[in-house]
Amino acid sequence: MSKTIEEINSKIRSGKVVVVNAEEVIDIVRHRGLSQAASEIDVVTTGTFAPMCSSGIYFNIGHSKPRIKLEAGKTYLNDVPAYTGFAATDVMIGATALPEDDPRNKIHPGDFNYGGGHVIEDLVSGKDITLSATSYGTDCYPRKKLDTLINIQSLNEAVFFSLRNCYQNYNVAVNTSDKTIYTYLGIIKPRLGNAMYCSAGQLSPLLNDPYYKTIGIGTRLFLGGGTGYISWHGTQHSPSAPRTDNGVPKRGAATLSLTGDLKQMNARWLRGVSMQGYGASLGVGVGIPIPILNEEILEYTAITDEDIFTAVVDYSTAFPNNLPDILGETSYAQLKSGTIRLGSKSIPTASLSSYRRALEISNILKDWIASGNFLLTAPVAPIPGAESGQSTRPLNYRPVERNNC
Amino acid sequence: MKVSRKIVLHFPARLVEEPIAYRLVKDYNLQFNILKASIIPDSEGFVVLELSGSQEDYDRGIRFLAKTGVKIEALSQNVVRNEDKCTHCGACLTICPTGAFEVDPITREVLFVHDRCIACANCIKACPPRAMELHF
Ligand code: SF4
Ligand code: SF4
Repeated sequence: MSKTIEEINSKIRSGKVVVVNAEEVIDIVRHRGLSQAASEIDVVTTGTFAPMCSSGIYFNIGHSKPRIKLEAGKTYLNDVPAYTGFAATDVMIGATALPEDDPRNKIHPGDFNYGGGHVIEDLVSGKDITLSATSYGTDCYPRKKLDTLINIQSLNEAVFFSLRNCYQNYNVAVNTSDKTIYTYLGIIKPRLGNAMYCSAGQLSPLLNDPYYKTIGIGTRLFLGGGTGYISWHGTQHSPSAPRTDNGVPKRGAATLSLTGDLKQMNARWLRGVSMQGYGASLGVGVGIPIPILNEEILEYTAITDEDIFTAVVDYSTAFPNNLPDILGETSYAQLKSGTIRLGSKSIPTASLSSYRRALEISNILKDWIASGNFLLTAPVAPIPGAESGQSTRPLNYRPVERNNC
Repeated sequence: MKVSRKIVLHFPARLVEEPIAYRLVKDYNLQFNILKASIIPDSEGFVVLELSGSQEDYDRGIRFLAKTGVKIEALSQNVVRNEDKCTHCGACLTICPTGAFEVDPITREVLFVHDRCIACANCIKACPPRAMELHF
C-alpha cells in the first residue's frame, strides 16, 4: 500500500497523523512487520545535533544616517571578522571565523574560546553584539566608520545558511602516532588510545533515507529550533560512496545546504563550540521528517546501528595527507557500546554528536507534526543520487610560477 | 603539553613506607614539590604536593597512584558541570583519566560522577561547549 504527501498532510491537519521517531520505528517494524507498520505509520522523524562547520548566517542591518557601505570595507562582530562583499548593509559570518588577535595555535593546543559560532549563539539568544566597521566613503555612502550595538530583533532579515550540513555518515578518527593530536573530531590520544565518532547513527536524517527518495531541494525541516528548508545539496556531496547491501553509505557521502529564518531559532540548538587545538565551530540541531509513502521507504527508516558501518581513519597520517587509506570498518552499535576492536586492540570510543539531543529533536518534530503545526513538503527537485556518479575531487594543485623581479 | 597541579594524596597505613614518590619521578618523569606532609610509620598519612610533567606522564602517574590504593583529591578546587551548557555529546568520555563520565545506555545521557573526579582539569578545554568549569 502507498500514500501521497497530500494524504499525509490532510491527516496532519485533522490531527489523525501517526508519527514516530527513527528509534521507535525499529521495534514497531520488528513486531508488526513491514506491511502492517507501513499502513499505520505516516511519518518517521529523525534528528542530529553536532558541530557542523560550513554553517553560517547572514543579515541586513539597515542603513545608518549618514549611510555607510560595508562592502569592500572591514566589519567585525564582537571582534570576529565578518564578510561584507555583497552590498552596503548585508553581513555574513561563518561558524569558524576567529578574532584577528586570537593566538590560534601559537601555544599549542590553542583554546579557541570565541569565534563565529559563538557570535551566532549570542545573536540568536538575543544578546547585543558589537558591530565595528570601516569603509572608504563615496558620494552616496559618505560614512567611513561605524561602531554600534546590534540586536537580532532590530535586524531586517537574519537568516541561517550553510554550505554543508548533515553529513550522511562520518569517519571515526584514531591516532596511531606517539603523541596526542588535536583535531576537529576532538582530542585523539596516541597509540590508538581512543576513537572519536560523530553521527547520530540510526536517528541521523540521511541514514534513514539513504537514496534521497523523500529528502530533496525544498524539504521543510527542523533547523536550530525553528523551521528551515533544504536549499541545495551541500558542498563535498559524494553520493557515489561505497554502500552496504541495505543501501546505506559506509563513508561521508551526501551533504545538505540548509537555510531558515534565524529569528525563529534558539541557542539550545545553535551552540558555539571550541575545539581545543583546532578552532571554533557551531553545534547545529537538524531534524528531517520522512513521509512513509510505501513499505520500501519505511524499511529504510527501520535501519539500526548494527547495520550502519563507517571507516576508521588515522588522523595522524592518512587524514592530514589526504590519503584514501582506512584502518578498518566498524558499526555504530560497536561505537556506542563504548569500545571498538581494531585487530587485537580494543579502543574506547567517544562521540562529538549528541545522541540524546538528536532524540530530543526527533521528538520535538514529532510534536510539531502531531499538533498540526508542521506540514510535509515534496521536494521541488532531487539532490544528486548514487547513480549520478558525483563525488568529491581533490584539489588539482597547479603551482603558480612567479618571477621575483 | 606540560601540566602542573596541586593534589592531596592520602596514604593508607600499609602504603606509608612504599617508595611511591620515587616511582613517580623515576617511572613517570614527574617532578614534585611537597607543600605539606604528615607521614608517621604504621599509621595513615597525607601529602599535599604539586605534581608536574607532560600531560601523558601526568595521566599515567595518576593512574599508577590510583592503582596503588592511594586516594587522590584536588586541592581547594572544584570541578563543576554547567548543566545548561552540557549537550551530552560525550566528547569527555575518553579524556577523563578516572572515568568520571559515563553514558546511560538507555537514555544516552552523559552522567558526571563527581566522586571520581580528581580535578585534573583535562575535561575543561576538551569539552566543546565548555560546560566543565573549574571553581576555586
Ligand atoms: S564534553 Fe562537555 S558537553 Fe559533551 S558530554 Fe562532556 S561535559 Fe557535556
Ligand atoms: S577534572 Fe574532568 S577529566 Fe579530570 S578527573 Fe575531573 S572530570 Fe575527569
